[in-house]
Amino acid sequence: MKHQVKLGIVASTVLAFATPGLAQTVFVSTQLRPIEEATIVRQDLLKDVGKVDYVVEEPPQFAVRMEAERQAGKHTVSLVGALHGELSPLADKDQLEPLDDLAKKLAGAGMPQSVLDLGKLGKPNQQYIPWMQATYVMAAKKEALQWLPKGADVNALTYDELIAWGKAMQDATGQPQIGFPAGPKGLMARYFQGYFYPSFTGGVVRTFKTADAAAGWEKLKALWAYVSPNSTNYDFMQEPLAAGEVMVAWDHIARLKNAVSAAPDDYVVFPAPAGPKGRGYMPVIAGLAIPKGAPDKEGATKIIESFSTQKVQLLTASKVGFFPTLNVQLPPDLNKGVALLAGAVTRTQNAKDAVISLLPVGLGDKGGEFNKVYMDTFQLVVLQKQPVADVLAKQGAVMAKLMADTKAPCWAPDAKSDGACPVQ
Amino acid sequence: MTQNRPWTPYLLILPSVAFLALLFIVPLVQTLWLAVSSDGSPSLDNMQRMVADINFTNSLRNTFLLTLAVVPVQIAIALAMGTMVSKVGTGRETILWIWTIPLGISDLAAGLVWLSILQNTGYFNTILFSLGLIERQTGWLSYQTPVALFFAIAVAEIWRGTAIVMVIIVAGLNQVPKEFKEAAEIFGAGPWTRFRKITLPLIRPALQSALILRTVLAFEVFAVVYALGGRNFPVLVGEAYNWQNQNQNYGVAAAYAVLIMIISLSATLIYLKALKVDPERLP
Repeated sequence: MKHQVKLGIVASTVLAFATPGLAQTVFVSTQLRPIEEATIVRQDLLKDVGKVDYVVEEPPQFAVRMEAERQAGKHTVSLVGALHGELSPLADKDQLEPLDDLAKKLAGAGMPQSVLDLGKLGKPNQQYIPWMQATYVMAAKKEALQWLPKGADVNALTYDELIAWGKAMQDATGQPQIGFPAGPKGLMARYFQGYFYPSFTGGVVRTFKTADAAAGWEKLKALWAYVSPNSTNYDFMQEPLAAGEVMVAWDHIARLKNAVSAAPDDYVVFPAPAGPKGRGYMPVIAGLAIPKGAPDKEGATKIIESFSTQKVQLLTASKVGFFPTLNVQLPPDLNKGVALLAGAVTRTQNAKDAVISLLPVGLGDKGGEFNKVYMDTFQLVVLQKQPVADVLAKQGAVMAKLMADTKAPCWAPDAKSDGACPVQ
Repeated sequence: MTQNRPWTPYLLILPSVAFLALLFIVPLVQTLWLAVSSDGSPSLDNMQRMVADINFTNSLRNTFLLTLAVVPVQIAIALAMGTMVSKVGTGRETILWIWTIPLGISDLAAGLVWLSILQNTGYFNTILFSLGLIERQTGWLSYQTPVALFFAIAVAEIWRGTAIVMVIIVAGLNQVPKEFKEAAEIFGAGPWTRFRKITLPLIRPALQSALILRTVLAFEVFAVVYALGGRNFPVLVGEAYNWQNQNQNYGVAAAYAVLIMIISLSATLIYLKALKVDPERLP
C-alpha cells in the first residue's frame, strides 16, 4: 500500500513536469504586459485563433528565457511578440524562422513595404512581422498653456520656445514643471536617439560629437534648469503628470496613455520640439516572430495572420493605444484619450520639418550598451556639468568602438555607410 | 552509535553538500569564468570595462559609505533594544514581535514604504507642509540633494535591517548566566561596567555572527536603494543589475558580482580574525 502511494506520487510528479500543456500555442510577449492589457489580448485579440497561452515577460527575462531555450535546445515558445530592439539579438544569433512568404502576403494586404523592411533587421530574410507601432509625443496640462510664450504654436514648438515656456512656468509656480522619463526604467535613451540628436545634428551616430551636437547639449543644459530634478526617478510620465508633479512631459504614448485617457479634457498632446535640423521623431515597432524549433509553427502563423488583419489591428488601437502597422484609417469613435494621442502622432509624422529616425539595426545584443553611451553622456554633461567637449570626445570613442565591434552600418537619419557606421 | 558507524554524520550532511555544490559552486565557477573571459578565452576586458565605467568609483564609494554608516548604528540600536527588552517581564514577546515586523517585509517593499514617505507627494512633505516648515513640495531623493538622499537610504536600511541583528543579539543575551551579573553587582560594579566587562565579552559569538551577516548584506544592498534613489545613487549590486539587465553585458555584470564577493569574503575574514571566538564557545 505504502509502495503504491509512493509510486503514485512519483508518477504524478513526473506527469506534472512532463506535460506543459501541449495542446496550447505558447505566445511570449514583452508588450502589453499590465494585467488589463494582457486580459484584452487573451479575451479580445486572441478570440478567433483557438487555444493560445499568452505569457508576458519583462524584457530582460525575455532575453534570458530565449537564450536558455536556445542553449538547452528544448523549445516551448512558438511565437514571440517584442520590440524591434529586443528581437534584434535573436535575429543576430540566427534564432528566428524566416517569414518571407508571410511578408509577401502582407505586402499585398496593405502593409507598407517601408514598415515591413524594418522586420528584416538588416538581414536578407524577413525576421519578424511588424505587429503594432507607437511613437513618442509630449503631453501638457491645459492650464500650462497660459504660460506658453506669445506667438508659439504648441504643435510646432522649437527648443527655444520650450525653454521660454519652462522658465515662465517655473517663475509662475515656483517649481520646474517639465518632466522627462530619465529614471532607471524610463525611455530617456530613445529621446536622445530619436529626438535630440536628429533635431540638433540631423544624425544619430555619425554626428555624435560634432559641433552641432555640442551646441545641442548646451541647449539641453539650458532646458534642464526648468526640468524637474525628480526626472531621474521618473519611469512612466503618466504618473507624475497625473499626480500634478509636472505639467509638461515627453514620453512614449503608451506611457502617457493612462493619464491622458483618465482626463482627456485636461490635456493637450503635441509633437516634440524642433531643433536647427528639424523635428526628430522615432517610430517604435513591435513585431511578431517565430523562434527556430518552435513546437507549433502553424498555430503561430495563424496568430500572426489574425493579428495582421484590419479588424484586430483597429481593435488593438482602440483598446490598448498601439497603432496599426497596416495602412488603415483609425475609426472616429476611438477612446478620447487614444484619439488625442493619435492626433499628436499624425501631426508629428506630417510635420513639414519632420526628421524620421529609424530604430537601430544591426547592433545585435549591444542595444543596451548603445543606449548607455547616450545616458552616460547625459549624466556627465547635464547632471554632473562636465565640459561638453571632453565628454563627447571620450564617449565618442566608446561609440566608435561599439560600432566597430558590431559592424553595424548607419541607419536613417545618418547617411548610409560602407561597413560600420563611423563617428565623425 | 556514531562511533560504530563513523560515516553516518557525513551521510546525513551529504544531501545539503551536494545541493550547495550543484546550485552554488557550479554557478560560482561559471560566474568567475564569465568575469575573466571574453569570447571564450581568458581576458581582463570585463574587469577593465568595469573599472573604467563612469559609475564604478561612485558605486564603490557609495556602497562602502553606506555600510560604514549603517552597520555600527544597527549594532548599537540592536544592543540597546536587546538590553532593554531583557529587563521586561510581561509583554516581552509582544514587544519582540513588533520589533521584528520589518524582518517580514521584503527589501523592495521596505524601499517602497519609505518612498511613499519621502517622495515629493509623500507623508513627510505633507507633515512639513502642515507644520508650515515648507511652502511647496520639496524633493529629498533627487540628484540635486545627495546628502538628503544618502540619509534617506541609510534610515530606510537601518529601519529594515536592525531587526535581524536584534534577534541574534537577544539570543546571545539569553545565554549570559544571571549569576555573573549578580556577582558583579555584589562587588559594586555599575550598569555600564557590567555591560562592558560581562555582557559584551559573553555575547561575542552572537556579535560576530550579527556583524558578519549585516556587513555582507550591507555590501549587497540593492532593492531599497533602487526604490529610493534609482540612478541617482549607484551601488555595486545595482551596477551589476544594470549591466546584466539593461546593458545585457553578462561579462561586466559577472565582474561586478565577483568584486562584491571578494569584498564580502574579506569583510567576513576580518571579522573572524578581529573578533576571535573561543572555540569552546562555538555552537
